[in-house]
Amino acid sequence: MAFDKMELRDIEVWDGNFAAAQALRQCQIDVVAAYPITPSTPIVEGYAKFLSDNYVEGEFVMVESEHAAMSGCIGASAAGGRVATATSSQGFALMVETLYQASGMRLPIILNVVNRALAAPLNVNGDHSDMYLGRDSGWIQLDAYSPQGAYDLNFIAFKVAEDHDVRLPAMVHQDGFMTSHTAQGVHTLSDDVAYNFVGDFKPMNDMLDFEHPVTHGVQTEEDWHFEHKARQHNDMMTKVLPKIQAAFDDFEKLTGRKYNIVERYDMDDADVAVVCMGTSVETAREVATEMRAKGIKAGVVGIRVVRPFPFFEIAEALKGVKAIAALDRSAPGGAPGMLFNELAGCLFNSEERPMLSGYVYGLGGRDLTKKHLVDLYTELQANVDAGKVTTQLQQFIGVRGPKLAFL
Amino acid sequence: MLEIRWHSRAGQGAVTGAKGLADVISTTGKHVQAFAFYGSAKRGAAMTAYNRVDDAVIMNHEKYMEPDYVFVIDPALVYTSDVTINDKANTVYIITTHMSTEELVASQPKLEGKKVYTVDCIKIAQETIGRAIPNTPMLGAFMKISEMYEIEFFKENMQRILAKLPQKIVDANMLAIQRAYDEVK
Repeated sequence: MAFDKMELRDIEVWDGNFAAAQALRQCQIDVVAAYPITPSTPIVEGYAKFLSDNYVEGEFVMVESEHAAMSGCIGASAAGGRVATATSSQGFALMVETLYQASGMRLPIILNVVNRALAAPLNVNGDHSDMYLGRDSGWIQLDAYSPQGAYDLNFIAFKVAEDHDVRLPAMVHQDGFMTSHTAQGVHTLSDDVAYNFVGDFKPMNDMLDFEHPVTHGVQTEEDWHFEHKARQHNDMMTKVLPKIQAAFDDFEKLTGRKYNIVERYDMDDADVAVVCMGTSVETAREVATEMRAKGIKAGVVGIRVVRPFPFFEIAEALKGVKAIAALDRSAPGGAPGMLFNELAGCLFNSEERPMLSGYVYGLGGRDLTKKHLVDLYTELQANVDAGKVTTQLQQFIGVRGPKLAFL
Repeated sequence: MLEIRWHSRAGQGAVTGAKGLADVISTTGKHVQAFAFYGSAKRGAAMTAYNRVDDAVIMNHEKYMEPDYVFVIDPALVYTSDVTINDKANTVYIITTHMSTEELVASQPKLEGKKVYTVDCIKIAQETIGRAIPNTPMLGAFMKISEMYEIEFFKENMQRILAKLPQKIVDANMLAIQRAYDEVK
């Protein structure tokens, strides 16, 4: 069955959702099983339209829930196809059980997660609650800061996940609305260049290979379960980051666009640094530049690979920094934020042991303004000047009512 | 950095208008951003859309904006929304209304002393496109006031952007853009 190619301009004005849908088209996904949910819906809608307009040779499976969507993806992936879908928030939460099945069965499915708050109260806007919910699920997690990133990281995700040394599913995250519904210029790849970067799907232990029958999704009790989980973790910890780095290198050669496992901006001589994810990284970069004009040596560290967590790379990026803010866009539910805890883990054994404070911000799509970030950098500089953290360790940015601070 | 805020009702095409404008500007080598506050996302609900334009890549993702231009594409929003919020001394307003600029300012004192232009995008859209979709005429008016591009260049690009619509709708939009360009005061 032949399909049509699409002529794209070098720069298209796309929102993050359409950029991701175009990447799925160019990767020629065999099966998308999907259930729509705001704000991710246009990704699978886009794929479905490309399919019906004969731009893809594949199959769209309409299902009755996100649990079924990921189950369909698992079946199709085990059968031996290139598989992807998209979801957000409550849909992601409903998928959680099957996420662990996908990673445990070592199926290289790509899930575009358009990050959105988790109810209650019901909220369709962007925060990182769903991303955080998936962080122990055994999936690779890549984070886009812009529509360009949402486009590019899909190619990276397929290349890494489908590598026979990896064979793990991957999520590509983008911020709900702030990326998914924000149109910006996206540098495109031609259909052939994009497809060739990812390459043909090479099945491994596929169920449709009748010459070599295999069983997927078996039961193991105390005799083997731990070994499976340990080997899966071993591959996550040792094999994935080098493959991601290699994919980033290849992608830079192809496009000139450079991605890093940990993104560093103005970090060479930074005294104060903000560590964050998503669109906030870019806003913080702009503010860091402005703070430098005021004499504060400000920098930004963006987490590009959330899982596997780049433990040493982050410690390296933060070397020499005196005061660090960890920004968590998810309600921590009775603990310090995830990033605060992970950074504390990275830095605890370092000789310098910089000052670390945590901030919860932006829940349910609450705006993170440049003014907030100016105040934040100013506070970090005050910590540097005082030689100690002058505030409580967990604060909230941009929430109304009496000031809340803990720890 | 050029920043624009649209005041609209969901369904009037502000998002499409903002994205269309971004697309045209992008073809000239500038960097663009177009986004919206969807709120309750119900048809007819007041909503805002935004454009940012710059020579460098736009990294600012805050929703807060002190706009250079405010477009109001539904006449009643001048009274029910605060269209002047976070404005600057030199913010330019282009407002859809059947009234003259003087009558409009008299009816909404908040606009007094501000740079206000008026055009009846609703009437123009009804008479050309046949439906009250005031987004493309607003862009015609903007081309006149901002002198951003030659109107012919703008229309050519809009034809490409609207190409998936039936030809007669595209033609009607071109007429609407030109009329608003000619009629804005």
